[in-house]
Amino acid sequence: MLRFIASRLLQGLFVLFALYTITFFLAKAMPGEPFTTEKNLSEESKAYQRALYGLDKPLLHQYLIYPKNIITEGSLAVSTSKGRPVKDIISQSFKVSVVLGLSALGIAICIGVPIGVISAVRRNSWVDWGTMAVAMIGICVPAFTIGPLLQIFIAANLPGIKVAGWGNPQDILLPAITLGLSTAAYLARLTRGGMLEVLSQDFIRTAHAKGIPASKVITRHALRGGILPSVAFIGPAFAALISGSFIVETIFQVPGMGQHFVNAVISRDEFLLLGVALFFGFLIVIMNLAADILTGILDPRVRITGNSSK
Amino acid sequence: MRITNILCLLAAALLTGACKEGETAVDRATREGILIMGNTSEPKGLDPHIVSGVLESNIISALFEGLVVAHPSKDGVALPGMAEKWYPTDPQRPDEWVFELRKDATWSDGTPLTAEDFLFSFRRILSPSLASDYSFMLYYIRDAEPYHKSQRSFLTCRNDESFPVKWETLKKVDFGPNEKGETDFNKKGLDHLNAEQIRELEYDPSLFQWPESVSQAVRQILLEKNLEFAESGKDLWELIDFGATAPDPHTLRVKLNSPIAFLPEITKHYTWFPVPKHSILEHGRIGDRFTEWTKPENIVSNGAFILTSWKFNDHIQVERNPRYWDKENVGINGIRYLPISNLYTEDRMYFDGQMHITYTLAPELIEYARERYPNQVRNELYLGTYFIRTNVTREPFTDPRVRMAFSKAIDQQSMITNVLKGGQKPAGGLVPPFGDYRPAKTIGFDPEGARQLLAEAGYPGGKGIPEIEFLTTDKETSKANAEALQAMWKDNLGVSIRIRQMEWTSYITTMFEKDYGLAAGGWIGDYMDPLTFLDMWMKDGGNNRTGWHNEEFEALLKKAGNTGDPQARYRVLEEAEALFLSETPILPLYWYTRNYLIHPDVKGWDPLILDNHPYKFLRLERNPNLSEQNPNP
Repeated sequence: MLRFIASRLLQGLFVLFALYTITFFLAKAMPGEPFTTEKNLSEESKAYQRALYGLDKPLLHQYLIYPKNIITEGSLAVSTSKGRPVKDIISQSFKVSVVLGLSALGIAICIGVPIGVISAVRRNSWVDWGTMAVAMIGICVPAFTIGPLLQIFIAANLPGIKVAGWGNPQDILLPAITLGLSTAAYLARLTRGGMLEVLSQDFIRTAHAKGIPASKVITRHALRGGILPSVAFIGPAFAALISGSFIVETIFQVPGMGQHFVNAVISRDEFLLLGVALFFGFLIVIMNLAADILTGILDPRVRITGNSSK
Repeated sequence: MRITNILCLLAAALLTGACKEGETAVDRATREGILIMGNTSEPKGLDPHIVSGVLESNIISALFEGLVVAHPSKDGVALPGMAEKWYPTDPQRPDEWVFELRKDATWSDGTPLTAEDFLFSFRRILSPSLASDYSFMLYYIRDAEPYHKSQRSFLTCRNDESFPVKWETLKKVDFGPNEKGETDFNKKGLDHLNAEQIRELEYDPSLFQWPESVSQAVRQILLEKNLEFAESGKDLWELIDFGATAPDPHTLRVKLNSPIAFLPEITKHYTWFPVPKHSILEHGRIGDRFTEWTKPENIVSNGAFILTSWKFNDHIQVERNPRYWDKENVGINGIRYLPISNLYTEDRMYFDGQMHITYTLAPELIEYARERYPNQVRNELYLGTYFIRTNVTREPFTDPRVRMAFSKAIDQQSMITNVLKGGQKPAGGLVPPFGDYRPAKTIGFDPEGARQLLAEAGYPGGKGIPEIEFLTTDKETSKANAEALQAMWKDNLGVSIRIRQMEWTSYITTMFEKDYGLAAGGWIGDYMDPLTFLDMWMKDGGNNRTGWHNEEFEALLKKAGNTGDPQARYRVLEEAEALFLSETPILPLYWYTRNYLIHPDVKGWDPLILDNHPYKFLRLERNPNLSEQNPNP
């Protein structure tokens, strides 16, 4: 197991470096620079600014100095558009995104998994078709439609719920629903598929034959296997949820991390862009690893192969 | 289960169509005397010398105060701020100004504020290592520009009587950075080479390209002077004869390059605000950009308010400054700024009772808001012009008749009523109307005249005209505007143009490189004077981007610069604008208006063309008959 984790971590490092290289050169290939403004700066001012951020150095030097600074100083440079360290921006906005992402994931699991189980058990009934139709809508309707609808119909009418803003616990509700709904829909479909496969297997028939109550067969025996596809999906989905969403954040005025992915590109803020891209890559690597470990714990077959490779 | 409970609650609320009751955020804020306003986005910082945007200006003007203060309802009127009195030493030629500072002025930590703070501030914003975006706002002061631009060659040679040639003959030398320079040293600029690089250059002259007209002897002198100064380790500050001085702690004397009767207007800009010398030096050196002096726990300011809370991307809050000189007359207890970038979210938050003033009102919502909240929608003229640049270096816009034809073929009013819908004003010229400045109205819709001009230029009915590309941004509204113009030119001139949308920075870059035929654009004035719109069209102006220039126009601007009498100066500037418009390097479309929502509780918020509202004059009061009215949709 340890060797498995170590090898995955090493692969992860390689992935991050590849990600860095691609992002760095793509950022450099963008037309314009951070100091391109509508009101033109003098050549002198632009030169001073480039020097300030080290952007006057040769490209290779810039390419090498950034990872060097991460390793030696733990520094992610200073954002050219926000004028503050990228590390501060990420640490402040990530906290918000984690809260929102966890809530969204909670909502997604609480809605998605039960619906998937029910529709698998009641296969080909109106319950199945109905819930799956709703799930399809959940996948298809984008957040920029759901968000404003929730604002107009729920927040504007419900006491205690604000249209937008962040700070009180109830402010989490609407953005979390908006963010979690499509994940819930995916989970429902994945759970249904996984459950259908497990329910048709022999050991379920045996369990039923032994006289175990149907509810126990489903929760104890079937769900454990049926949920596996969802677990594999939740890992990266979790990384995506907690790294924020530009749309949900701008609609609900949430100070999360997602907006920086978009705004960094618009303002040619390559340090912020590199920072959030690498951080997101790091999350994906870690979450995938966690999902793999969790699958190993849940699925004896994986555990056995894992053991044999030791 | 809790989820089901919540869902039931939601359903019940929806079914009953329950309306929100109880105190909204605005109700509470009014009661507490806190103004809540939308401010589009997170500020880049609160250091007046580093930021360059309107949203930062909105916060900085609450925290800091300059020499004079804007009038709450009259444009172009200055009230006493840090200065009690100000006057030019010679009213006929206002090129030297005296500001008598108030003796009771202090910083929010109790330290007295003196003329020395202003001198320190001016020097700081002009420090090259600070890399301030907006330092050019101080270029009016004698020797500010050569210091900020580090013009070492000029400063070391200008007082040398033995220098063999006139300085003007050296214009083509790359003293400053030249991006298109052939060698690395040309790219850096002679003035910016360090001692080692200059020695290298003396050894190998091919490292720097000189214009051929510059003699070997002059080159040698320039190199020697540069090397001598670079080796001395001195700061260029020691070489200049800076225009601002402090004869005593409460007097600031500012000597300008040329007479400027509207200098008090310029000092309203935050680049002229004082910053606390003692606090800045405590956290770093004068030219250090990334210091912590503006952090909420450190910041010391001199305005009507002090910073109390700054939550990144969430809000900024300022509250009364107990040490402010005019604290008795400050009408509100504080201001909370919300960085809301999505304009629809902002409007919904306003309707939900979460803020007093929005930054903007989405054009689609203007009708809706006017019907429901007629007294809360504002539409005000703003000091800005929207226009279309023509590339006069590219066919067919090399011919001024074609440019004029394109301008006359635009039906501005129809564009405003049918496409923009924001109550903009058709632009009769470049400079928006204000004060005593009265430009001749030269631009207007005249399709017949347009066709005639185009025919005269050799393109009757648009035949034979080269392909034209219209550059604009990638916003949805930009596309609608571009298509409306496209249709107008097609109908009125018979010319088909191609629309090219680009993402913002690419659009600016492309425009700068003059890779366009027509380009959408605009300009917001920095201060209340026509010059803020006119001086950008000089030959080497970084914001010109059209390739147009005209010696007569520049001569007129120069003449205006040397005219002391404000009225006479306006007449010269009017002449310059008329000349500019007759050449039509740009096609003026409309004068900006600002649409926004304002809650009836806010008193004393009057229309101002620069939109800089001095917050201390505001009041928050609830009208008794309005408390029943709930601003929910």
